[in-house]
Amino acid sequence: MNEHLLSMHDLSATDVTRILDTAESFREVGTRVIKKVPALRGRTVVNFFLENSTRTRISFELAAKRLSADVINFSAGGSSVAKGESLKDTALTLQAMGADAIVIRHSSSGSPLQLTRWVDAHVLNAGDGTHEHPTQGLLDLYTMREKLGRIEGLRVGIVGDVLHSRVARSLSFGLVKMGAEVTLVGPPTLIPPDVSAWGVQVSYDIDGVLPKLDVCYVLRVQRERQRLEYFPSVREYARLFGITRDRVALMPEGGLIMHPGPMNRGVEIDSDVADLPRSVIEEQVTNGIAVRMALLFLLLGGGKGETA
Amino acid sequence: MSMGFVFEGGRVVDPAAGVDDVRDVVVAGGLIAGPEAAEGAERIDARGLVIAPGLVDLHTHLREPGDEHKETVATGTRAAAVGGYTAVAAMANTQPVADNAAVIQAVRELAAAAGLCEVHPVGAITKGLQGEQLAEMGEMVEAGVRVFSDDGHPVPTARLLRNALLYVKAFGGEVVLAEHAEDASLVEGGHMHEGVLSAALGVAGRPAEAEEIVVARDLALARATGGRIHLCHLSSARSVELVRRAKSEGVRVTAEVTPHHLTFTDEDLHTYEANLKVNPPLRSAEDRDALRAGLADGTIDAIATDHAPHAIEEKEAEFDRAPPGTIGLETALGAILTELVHPGRLPLSRALEALSTVPARILGAGDHGGPIEPGRPANLVVFDPDHAWVVEPPFASKGRNTAFLGRPLRGRVTHTVFRGALVVAEGKPTR
Repeated sequence: MNEHLLSMHDLSATDVTRILDTAESFREVGTRVIKKVPALRGRTVVNFFLENSTRTRISFELAAKRLSADVINFSAGGSSVAKGESLKDTALTLQAMGADAIVIRHSSSGSPLQLTRWVDAHVLNAGDGTHEHPTQGLLDLYTMREKLGRIEGLRVGIVGDVLHSRVARSLSFGLVKMGAEVTLVGPPTLIPPDVSAWGVQVSYDIDGVLPKLDVCYVLRVQRERQRLEYFPSVREYARLFGITRDRVALMPEGGLIMHPGPMNRGVEIDSDVADLPRSVIEEQVTNGIAVRMALLFLLLGGGKGETA
Repeated sequence: MSMGFVFEGGRVVDPAAGVDDVRDVVVAGGLIAGPEAAEGAERIDARGLVIAPGLVDLHTHLREPGDEHKETVATGTRAAAVGGYTAVAAMANTQPVADNAAVIQAVRELAAAAGLCEVHPVGAITKGLQGEQLAEMGEMVEAGVRVFSDDGHPVPTARLLRNALLYVKAFGGEVVLAEHAEDASLVEGGHMHEGVLSAALGVAGRPAEAEEIVVARDLALARATGGRIHLCHLSSARSVELVRRAKSEGVRVTAEVTPHHLTFTDEDLHTYEANLKVNPPLRSAEDRDALRAGLADGTIDAIATDHAPHAIEEKEAEFDRAPPGTIGLETALGAILTELVHPGRLPLSRALEALSTVPARILGAGDHGGPIEPGRPANLVVFDPDHAWVVEPPFASKGRNTAFLGRPLRGRVTHTVFRGALVVAEGKPTR
């Protein structure tokens, strides 16, 4: 594995399997009364979140704490960044304070890569702009493997605003790497104009795709996109692409519904779908902690001499 | 009168006179002189060097007044001299904007004080570059302005551009409106060429059709009004095709291309390299190759740098927050030699025509661009076409934001003669 986790492209299929296997062993820690192992004792993990996020930040914080690392949360509001400090200067400050790993969430695509030019710490991308969100992609792969027993050969539809989705990028790249078949589904305005290099199919017909899916992965669709002319109305979006109970009935038995959260119930997914047994949205959240523990553990070399 | 100097044994490439020959060039009293003036003159061994008319840049951002932290007229013209330029057109997007004769005059005076290079201020087409109301172009024409541009953006509406083209007809046929051709609605929020790579990097795109739409509009208006349009920094293959056809139909259009668009493609941005973030963006290899072909066959008239200095901290920001632009004055000649001339893609004489003779004509810089003949003002570049070097600081420009950073180039300026004076000798500024 590389020194950093910036993109799904940094990982080989062997790396992905190793991460998922390691996460498997950490999954059990979360079920203990004392949910903690000493693997990263004395190491410092900085959660450097320059864009609002609750679930990802908490997930990383729990992951680091369960590994006994010292955790510092650094958010944009009220910080030096709000006072106009540059990304570089803030990064150098974190470096000077001895961060071993920096988990960065930023609204600008490519900013985690920039960070690696300035700091010695391991950098983990917790979502950069509309580029990638590799830890989300990995926890999704973990969840699919856990529920369906494999990734290779799975037929996965990724439905919604692919254009603006870092989750869709990381997940697509990861699934294709692991041998799954991916179909991107959404209005043509929300599919990137050129995905010829992704190794995926594209469809604008959700009803035609659903009967062939092992996993229907639903992306968040921001209401704001309507204002920006990507589709005429939320109502029409929901009518054409929203995952309703009727549409779920088109899927093969045992097919999963997944969503990276936070959900817009009634837009991209109906409430009664989100709460079906086949939707594994809460499991995704739980698995996220184990996957992030595995990544911190593997990147920080916690495996040397100590075990979970 | 000083005794002057003589370049001995250099290869003189003078596109204006159709000359490519080994001969001596004598400079005395600010002018090119005949062989009789060589006696007693300082002798400079020019064997192995090329002597050509001083380069002329149609597209330079000198930043002064207003953005002196990026560049000043003094540092920008020093960079020009080091790069072999003897005349540059200074873009109007200063603060205050060059939309009146007072700012034009102020820039001229700063240039005169620096004394390194002739500066032709470009006037704004619209007041404050706001794209709403025509600037007082008549006053600026009287102050000597020949080229007008709202560079950074096109004139936003067809109606306003049509009126501007008609209006300047009152000032004779040589006034040119230079357009930055990118449709605002299609490039809003975009930071690189829209294509395979922008989709993978999660960077909003600036599609090629944004340029083609404005090029097509501008050509239609130039045709209808009989006005003169100059298209800045073409980047798309279809734009080249549109210009080629319009020229064949007699539309009064000229076009420029930058060394960076002739060199790089969007693939070079795979690490979010902010120094390669430029507007219009670097496009596909097919686009780059079409630009090279268009330059070779004369569809694209001139090579212009779009020298756009920025402070280090501005370019070190996040990719989507970094301002677009690269410096270019000090690397243009080396880049064109390395990428086009040495590999046999472009004859040296055509390269120098596009770097000097043609832009001098468009700009109305009559003292520049050759021919190198006795009695003409002595504005010359002398360069070693085989000198190998690597682009790295320090630069004469305040900007360090070069797309060519770290790149090996072959070909470098040794001397620049401006109004008969050696402003650069042995590759170094003399003043």
